[in-house]
Order: sequence, then structure tokens, then C-alpha cells
Amino acid sequence: MKRPEPVQVVKERRDRALAALVGGIPYVRTVGIAFERRGDELTALLPFREENVGNPVLPALHGGVTAAFLETAALIGLAWAALWDGVEGGRIDAASLTPDRLPPMPKTIDLTIDYLRVGLPRDAYARARVTRSGRRYASVFVEAWQDNRARPFAQATGHFLMPPPDG
Amino acid sequence: MEEDDPRMRTARQFIDAIPHASALGMTVRAVGTGRVVVDMPWDERLIGDPARGVIHGGAVSALMDTTGGAAVISHDEAPLATATLGLRIDYMRAARPGEAIRAEAEVYHMTRHVAFVRATATDGGEGPVATATGTFTVERAPGGTRGSRGS
Repeated sequence: MKRPEPVQVVKERRDRALAALVGGIPYVRTVGIAFERRGDELTALLPFREENVGNPVLPALHGGVTAAFLETAALIGLAWAALWDGVEGGRIDAASLTPDRLPPMPKTIDLTIDYLRVGLPRDAYARARVTRSGRRYASVFVEAWQDNRARPFAQATGHFLMPPPDG
Repeated sequence: MEEDDPRMRTARQFIDAIPHASALGMTVRAVGTGRVVVDMPWDERLIGDPARGVIHGGAVSALMDTTGGAAVISHDEAPLATATLGLRIDYMRAARPGEAIRAEAEVYHMTRHVAFVRATATDGGEGPVATATGTFTVERAPGGTRGSRGS
């Protein structure tokens, strides 16, 4: 039986792949979105910032920021699932991955957002689930919450166009 | 549409009061009854695809949502405030690098509690960059006076 790889090697490879995927998108930095990884599971983080406020009276998160957050979580989640298979399957060398040397990203076709509650002026989290992953099209469901995981403040489903397999 | 049009003032106040709209440089260009045109300048910070310099879909969504809300606030029935209930965005094509994006939203139906909105985003190129339909809450003043706040 093959010996398992040392844990540091595995972690470093996966974290490098994730950093390359997320690090190259200026808008993700502008809004302040970050990603945490547990195995292959990603959680998107949206730290609270004054410039993400939409209603200064309440105050509440801007619906557009929420939309952007959900879309980013869905898109990165989908790209990550594909990248994970490539890196873990040995087809993609994580050591060679940089933001400008990534497989092409899926493209958003549409996104349908449900605003369930007011987004409070505090950190938000989101997780995406790829509900269908075809050769050409994919469907993703994404849910965002704040204090209470069981009480999401927004959710969305989206369709995405997958890049051609040979890049 | 005159600069001193009260609807223009209302729409401008609505957008200017939103920190995120200011952060993205959104400006109201025109207002009618339940109709608003908002521009968002191209900005490196909003890029989603660095290889092509294309604005991130999320920034387009933020523009659509803001413009939709401003259209609701600019309706003749003068809601005091509004919040997005649902928004569906279709992305037709990548926005052209270096070009401002213009969103135009209209309230095509309004009930006591809900406003139904359509919006289109263009960049001067052929056909829309994106279209959206949304439902927004309608929060009415008890006395029916015009308000200027909300999102």
C-alpha cells in the first residue's frame, strides 16, 4: 500500500491552489471577501466594512454586496471543485499555480437571489453546493448567514457556463 | 428631466446615502416616475477577470440592485423606503474593459406592498451586458409623504 503523503505537503498544495484561485480577482479584494478551507469544503467570509452598507439608517448590508458575495461564493466554489479534482488527481501541479496561470473560470449565466432577512452590520459567511456539474453547464446553490447558521439572510441559485476542458 | 426635479433630488439622496453606491462611484443620470438611470464608472478595483479587464458580475449586481431600489423610491406613490426581496440577473456578455456601465431600471407594476422592477445594464457596446428583474418591498409612510431613504 502507498504511504500517505505528509500532512504539510497536502495542506500546502491545497492552500496554494486556493490562494491562486482567489488572489487574482481585484473585485474580491475590493469587497473584502476571503475563503477558509476545511478539506475540500470552502466557507466564504465577508468581514463587515462601512463601505458595504446599503441602508445607513438601520444600518444594513447593501443588497448588491450580498448579491456579489453569493455570486463570488458560488463561482469560487464551482471553480474550486474543478481545481480540487485536477490538483488532487495529479493533472494540475499546484506548485505551478499562480493567479495568472489558472485554468479558465466558469462564467455566470444567471443568478437568482432571495433576500430572506436584513443583512446586519457584522461579518457574513456563505457556503456553496454544486447541485449539478455537467460538461458545459453547472448549477450551484449558495446560502449566506451571519450569527446563526440555521437562519440564512440570503440564498441564491445560479447557472454557470463551464470552460472548455482543454482550456 | 430638470436638476431641480424633486424626483431627481430623491433619487440622488437615495444613492448618495448608500455607502456602497458611493464606493462604486454610482451617479444618477436621469429620473422619471418609477424610472432611473445610474452610471457606474469602470474601475480597476471592480475587475473580476484580470486577463481581460472585465468588471466582476457582483459589481454589476450591486448596480442593478441600487438602480432598482432608486426606481422604487422615485415612483409617484412615493414609498418611504424599500428593500430587495428577490433579484434575478441574466449575464448576456462581458462588459467592455474601460467602459462605464449604465443601468436603467423601471417599476413596471406596483402593489400596496410590492414593487416589480425590470433593469438593463449597457456599456455602449452591442446589446445589453445584463438584464435583471426584481421584487422590492414598498414601505409606505402612514400619512403618504415622500421619503428618501432605504435600500
